[in-house]
Amino acid sequence: MTRGRYKIFLGMAPGVGKTYRMLQEGRAETVAGRDVAIGYLEPHRREETSEQARGLEVVPRRKVAYRDVEVEEMDLPAVLDRAPQLALIDELAHSNPPGLEHEKRYEDIVDVLAAGIDVFSTVNVQHLESLNDRVAELTGVRVRETVPDSVLGTADEVVLIDLTPEALVARLRAGKVYPGENIQAALDNFFRLENLAALREVSLRQVAEEVESKRLTFHAPEPVGTREQQVASEVPQAVGERLLALVRPQPSSQRLVRRAWRSAQRLGTDLDLLWVKPPGKPIEGDVERQVTALRQLASVLGATLLIEEHDDLVAAVAQIVRERGTTYLMVGESLPRRGLARLREPLPQRLMKATPAGVDVRIVAHRGSREECG
Amino acid sequence: MPARAGEAQGRAVDAALRLARAEDATLMPAYLAAVPKQLPLECAIPNEAAKAMPMLEAIEQRATGQGVPVDARVERGRSYRHALSRLLEHETFDRVVVSATATGAAGLSGDDLVWLLEKAPAEVLILRPDPKDQRVVMA
Repeated sequence: MTRGRYKIFLGMAPGVGKTYRMLQEGRAETVAGRDVAIGYLEPHRREETSEQARGLEVVPRRKVAYRDVEVEEMDLPAVLDRAPQLALIDELAHSNPPGLEHEKRYEDIVDVLAAGIDVFSTVNVQHLESLNDRVAELTGVRVRETVPDSVLGTADEVVLIDLTPEALVARLRAGKVYPGENIQAALDNFFRLENLAALREVSLRQVAEEVESKRLTFHAPEPVGTREQQVASEVPQAVGERLLALVRPQPSSQRLVRRAWRSAQRLGTDLDLLWVKPPGKPIEGDVERQVTALRQLASVLGATLLIEEHDDLVAAVAQIVRERGTTYLMVGESLPRRGLARLREPLPQRLMKATPAGVDVRIVAHRGSREECG
Repeated sequence: MPARAGEAQGRAVDAALRLARAEDATLMPAYLAAVPKQLPLECAIPNEAAKAMPMLEAIEQRATGQGVPVDARVERGRSYRHALSRLLEHETFDRVVVSATATGAAGLSGDDLVWLLEKAPAEVLILRPDPKDQRVVMA
């Protein structure tokens, strides 16, 4: 049986309109003659959302006892029995109560897809495992229900439901997201403009990296044909990213390596780690221990650790960037500069000047910087 | 081994953090990865890494919040015991904090713990496992 097609509507926060858009597209499919049913819908008492669902067939929920309370959940067997051509299943990150077929709703969706049923579903960016930590740092709010990032990778289409922070706050104030008594608390906490702006950036990056990752999975054919055809076949490689992370033999570099590896995974590209070692200094003691640890981490991750002896960090990096075809440079946050060093141009700026145009430089903050700054 | 980033790593992490904070020590969370025999022992293990990295990230975040420095490791072996044995060979530490298990699903088995008590050149603290614990060793 052919697996169903999977479309995920991704949002930066509750209230951007993921469910609304999912229902809207579901209705369009109905009008086009397809058999569509709602497997699970969470309208959150939003009138506009409920209005979009009107007229669409709903597979009844099942009641499940959980901690002396009766809760309503998606009825997976009923959805499979009903076997519509397209099932609309809201909130894929939801955790099911114990005793159901699966622990998580995204696992239920795997069964639905396997039955040849197309699925539209929704999720917010803070539910993605690898971003949960970053979003918690940005917003101070940690969500408990997470899903592996690979869930997005299994989707045939990921649609970002984008809304400016100002527009979302306006929706919130108008009572279109939460009931009146909860609005002020939401505005004071999660829905602060700076939070929403950061979440929007994270969402846009996530989808951009997904698109890039999917594009690079299309294998270029063997170079045959005319010169022009050969060049054309190399285009996906030529525009692909290559990451270089600048490390030092100290534990704090591990976080930078983890961040760099995550980006490399999403882009489906290789990762190089570079330590520019001051000349003449032997590798011994703690430094040797940390270099061994970095080498080991690089080996586990499939990254390449380069050690270049050079007295000019920027010149050494620029040379490696050219040699390795790096397009993306990741550096750790610099320590506070003292004395005359404060007059010198910061490292990221010097790196941008020294490396070829088109090489992006990303600064990864030290863990704890946020708390120290606050 | 199931690994869920963002979830609590359980009592082993809490205990290790309490000890590290009290003794002004560095916490070394070590993720033990079993490499199948058909693969070279030193090969890249992206699937295991995809579980290990969020876990280590979460532990580091908790440790940083409590002012405990962290120096993490990922150690490969043919089995969890083999990975632990390799870790003991080339790292130095004063104390090992580990979760026990009766099922083998998380923590170390009884046999592994007996072996660890005999081999570890350090104090060993064995904790009753939390259902959510991952196979992780703190030193």
